[in-house]
Amino acid sequence: MAAIEILDLEKSYLVGFWRKRPKLALRPLRLTIEEGEVFGFLGPNGAGKTTTLKLLMGLVFPTAGTARLLGFAMDDPRVKSQIGFLPEQPYFYDHLNARELLNYYGQLSGVPAKGRAAKVERMLGRVGLSDSAGVQLRKFSKGMLQRVGLAQAILHEPKLVFLDEPMSGLDPMGRREVRDLIQQLRSEGKTVFFSTHILSDAEALCDRVGVIHQGELRGVGAVAELTSKRQGKIEILFYTQGQEQSVPPALISLGAEARVSGNMVNATLPEEQQEAALEVIRRERLKLISLTPVRSSLEEYYIEKLQPSEGHTEPGHEDDSRKEDGPREESRRGVGV
Amino acid sequence: MNSRIGYIAFNTFREAVRDRVLYNLIAFAVLLSGAAILVGEISIDIERLVVVNLGLTAVSLFGVVIAIFIGIGLVSKEIDKRTLYTVLSRPVRRWEFVVGKFFGLTGTLVVNTFFMALGVFLALLYVAHKFDKMDVWVLVALYFIVLQFLIVCALALFFSSFSTPLMSAVFTFALFIIGSLAEDLRGFARITHGAGGWLATAIAYLVPNFSALNVISQVAHGDPVAGRLILYNSLYAVLYSAMAISGAVLIFQRRNLK
Repeated sequence: MAAIEILDLEKSYLVGFWRKRPKLALRPLRLTIEEGEVFGFLGPNGAGKTTTLKLLMGLVFPTAGTARLLGFAMDDPRVKSQIGFLPEQPYFYDHLNARELLNYYGQLSGVPAKGRAAKVERMLGRVGLSDSAGVQLRKFSKGMLQRVGLAQAILHEPKLVFLDEPMSGLDPMGRREVRDLIQQLRSEGKTVFFSTHILSDAEALCDRVGVIHQGELRGVGAVAELTSKRQGKIEILFYTQGQEQSVPPALISLGAEARVSGNMVNATLPEEQQEAALEVIRRERLKLISLTPVRSSLEEYYIEKLQPSEGHTEPGHEDDSRKEDGPREESRRGVGV
Repeated sequence: MNSRIGYIAFNTFREAVRDRVLYNLIAFAVLLSGAAILVGEISIDIERLVVVNLGLTAVSLFGVVIAIFIGIGLVSKEIDKRTLYTVLSRPVRRWEFVVGKFFGLTGTLVVNTFFMALGVFLALLYVAHKFDKMDVWVLVALYFIVLQFLIVCALALFFSSFSTPLMSAVFTFALFIIGSLAEDLRGFARITHGAGGWLATAIAYLVPNFSALNVISQVAHGDPVAGRLILYNSLYAVLYSAMAISGAVLIFQRRNLK
């Protein structure tokens, strides 16, 4: 069963003081996320990531379209006890301490009174806040608030977790901890849908990613496939001979682009020149360190999807990792403003 | 009561207490003890009258100010600070949130009024040296003041469900003032004819009738309050509050939380 089925969800707001006119925040979005998947929703600020999450959480109402979460209509109250949500830059009741806050959210989520206190303590330990559990949240740092936010999102053991920019404002250690937590959720079989613009996090964590820009889903793809695509180039790393710190002219004539660092050279050249390049290295008695095919990075995919394209005026994206035989996910024609 | 409403109400109450709302009791205590001492010095046989008038008016004004200033922030603060997002993403319906907030605030005001009422009775004891049978009507006046708070809270919540905190405060306070003159407005409506008369009648019956809930002067003079008035006022306050809360819920149900 699909954990999330977004069916042409669309949102526009009326803007202007006297003459209200609609402004499209999200073009019709069609997207399916399977159970147990970690899905990264990528896009620059203002792309429509938070709007999508707010629509799915029932915080704003769609102009058109709908979505199903865990098989239920997204506005079905039964689904709410099975989902967890961390908003972007969370802010909580600062008159409460972390323990009281989690207890309150546990009550609202229907966690039974028996065992709730123990669950809260376990969760505080899991996010590394046991020592600060009695401190009022007004005294918490941004990183600590983010951890409380994560704790409240998973306290009631939801099947589906939505995280809006979970790494935002965290130091490297904090980001590492959040990554570990998302990986734990994956190993527990939870479905995680998180928005981010930090591509390294998405590459490290996600099974699939979707790129959204200007309210339009530009593409969806499996990270493993997107980052394994060969670009028709190879990268050769070798040491130059003795004190000489230059690239052999024969290699340059093969079309190599090289960077020299000390007596180490990093050369990139077309894949079909591989044998000829190796011959040059043998002939010049250079010491080969490695030869690897150049693969696409998520960043390249992301940048490519953000470029204005012909399809921009008639939005229609496809699952880039399933071009051959997978089902297609397409957004229908958007409504312009 | 739905347990989620209870949790939200308790959290609202706890927030108000920890935000030092009850500190107003100190100002009230200073005012009342000062007044009682002063009245004890200068009044001749009207100590009770002055203390009851002053005490109950202070209870009413302090409570109304709290009801307005906390009531208008109940929803908007949660939206501005986005604390609402983590509440409504749980199995909490929007109407439960609004009703929970309402009960939390009225609970705060009831506790606040309880302590202020204690202060009034202590001041009465100080100036009169004993309690009188007619002091029971002071309790009725206090009950009517609590009913006023119910309506003011509900109105503040209603206005804040669609307006800015500043405008909500202005609207609510304006209605409190107009409502306190409701009987005069009704009298004016009776003597006015034509379209103006219709309009005055409509306004007179639409605004909350706070003047019917004000028996301070009456009980200060030791006059009893009719049982029928207690019943009617109770029904009126509950129905009017329910209507305002229903309006707040209807608007809030459709509101996009940007």
